[in-house]
This record gives sequence, C-alpha cells and structure tokens, in this order.
Amino acid sequence: MKTIELNQPVTAANDKDAELLRASLSDSGLLLINLMSAAGSGKTTLLSRTIRDLKEKVNIGVMEADLASDVDALSIEALGARSIQVHTGGCCHMDAFMTGEALAEFDTTDLDLLFLENVGNLICPAEYDTGAHKNVMILSVPEGDDKPLKYPLMFEKSDVLLITKTDVLPYFDFDLDAVKERVLHLNPSIRIFPVSAKTGDGMDAWEAWLQGSLSAGEAHA
Amino acid sequence: MPGKPGFRDPFPQVKPMHELGIVSHIIRTLEDVAEENSLSRIGSVTLEVGEVSGIVNEQLLDCWDYFRQKTVLVKDAELKLDIIPAVTYCTACSRTYETVRYGRTCPHCGSGETYLLEGNTCSIKEIEAE
Repeated sequence: MKTIELNQPVTAANDKDAELLRASLSDSGLLLINLMSAAGSGKTTLLSRTIRDLKEKVNIGVMEADLASDVDALSIEALGARSIQVHTGGCCHMDAFMTGEALAEFDTTDLDLLFLENVGNLICPAEYDTGAHKNVMILSVPEGDDKPLKYPLMFEKSDVLLITKTDVLPYFDFDLDAVKERVLHLNPSIRIFPVSAKTGDGMDAWEAWLQGSLSAGEAHA
Repeated sequence: MPGKPGFRDPFPQVKPMHELGIVSHIIRTLEDVAEENSLSRIGSVTLEVGEVSGIVNEQLLDCWDYFRQKTVLVKDAELKLDIIPAVTYCTACSRTYETVRYGRTCPHCGSGETYLLEGNTCSIKEIEAE
C-alpha cells in the first residue's frame, strides 16, 4: 500500500460536472435557473405566475426536485408548461450529476428557459453547483427578516433574491429595509426583487430581469 | 426504566440525508484517481472535515459503510476523519477567534465585521492504496 496525497475538496467532482453541464446547456441555447428556498416559501406559486405572464414570449420548462411526490409537477403542467419530477431518493439537495440525469430524460426541444426547483431547504442546496447559469433564492415574508443572519451562505451564493408574499407585509414584523441591508452586506452584487405572485406587484421587475438574462447570451444556440 | 428497548426509527430509508450526496461524490472522485494511477484497491481514505462544514460525522461514517459495499475499489477502505477547527478573523481588530464558541461577533472588540478564515470545507486529504 502506498499513500497518495490528494487534497481535493469533496465537491471537486461535482464542480467538474457542473462546468460540463453549463457549457452543454449554453450550446443548446437553454438558460437554466436554479431556484432555491425553504419549504413553503411559494416557489411553485411564483413559477406559475411567471409562466402565465411570460408564456407568449418565452418557452419555459420546470424540473421539480423533491424527496418524493409529484404534486408540484402536476400543478405546473396544469398551466401548459412542460415539467419533470425529479426524486432525489432521500438526498437533501440537487447536484450537477443528478441535474444532468434529469435533463437527459426531459424533452427540451424549443425550450428557452428551464427552472430547476431545488429541494426546499436553505442550507446545503447552496453548497452544490447544479450546473445552472443563475442562482435565484426566495425568502417569503412569513419566514422572517432574520434569515440572512441564519443562512448566510445561501444569500452569498445567489444572483437574485426574490422576497415573496409582499401582500402580507402589513401583518408581519418584517423589516424590508433591514433585510436588504443585511443581504447586501453579505453579497453586494445580488439583485433584490420584492414581489407578490398573488397580486402581481413587483413581478414586472423580476420578469424583466429574466428576459434580460435570456438575451444576455449566457445561453447561446 | 432499565430494559426498555428505546426508540426504534420507523423510517430509516426516507430521511433527507446530506451525507449521502457527499459520500457519492467522494467515491466518484476516488474512482477517477484510481483510474489515473492504476489502483485496484483502496485501504483507507482520510478526509479533512471543517468544524462548521455542516457535516454530521456519524452520518458520514454510516453512509460510507453503506456505499462502500457497492464499490469494489473501496470495499475494505476505512474512512478516517481529521477535524479542522473553525477560525474567524475580525477586520476591526485584526485578531482571530474560535468560531464555534463566539459566532459572528468578535470576543476581543465586539465588532461584527468578521469573516470565517477556515473550517467550513471538507476535502479528501489522502488515500492509502495499491
């Protein structure tokens, strides 16, 4: 037996997969957005609204990652968007290899934009590069304004923060300005969009950002 | 009461398990290394696990014992863990302190302008193989 020094992060294999996947998505002109949040933050409601608002202009697909069940995929399909349900088989996050396997099973012809709805959890999905072009996270008003203090990594790794359920702001002690300040302290380049998928308030800015990312050429056919 | 059997977990298979993903990544990396170095058998794997990496050591070892049986290369490999203490640096007073004990606020000067220096990563340090 000989000793071999490796000094390789355990995520090295995943990082390599993620780069390959990202390049291959870009070549096929498909923008992949990794959507992360806690359970119950309104990911599916937000996606449903976004799909409804943009479906004349953008072909959108959704990969729903969950430990089990297909309730989310069914509600997305009810809108006429293509979706696939991915079961992680007990793992609490998606990695690039799993994302690639799911993509291989998914009919992406004519799709412009694909959302990966990651497992509902604010901790480890932030540690694994899924191969997505952009990371978007959701913080809903009822979850509280202290979340950037408790789960800093998720806020540091995201390109966009959507603060959802702003229609219930009057009923919660949620300090929107304090959240913005805390988040910008962790990640000065993050874009923050307060939205209500229910009333439609603020959805314009978020949807404009999406369309901007589509035309910015991250994914080029 | 003596003699009570204790709680038996009725759902051993369905827990959302972070360590499962980590072990599968480690094994995939080792398979690559084995191919590059023409190795057929790994006797031990040493990981450096940061104190605040979020990894639960016992679960990691359990997952390892479960997974290694499926892979000939690491079937008999022992997983050894070197724990790396977490250290935070304070930009206000330029001193360091123990992260786990004091969190984000510097115990020397009370500033919150601090960042983690080390202790949040997990890496494969070395392997013994032939």
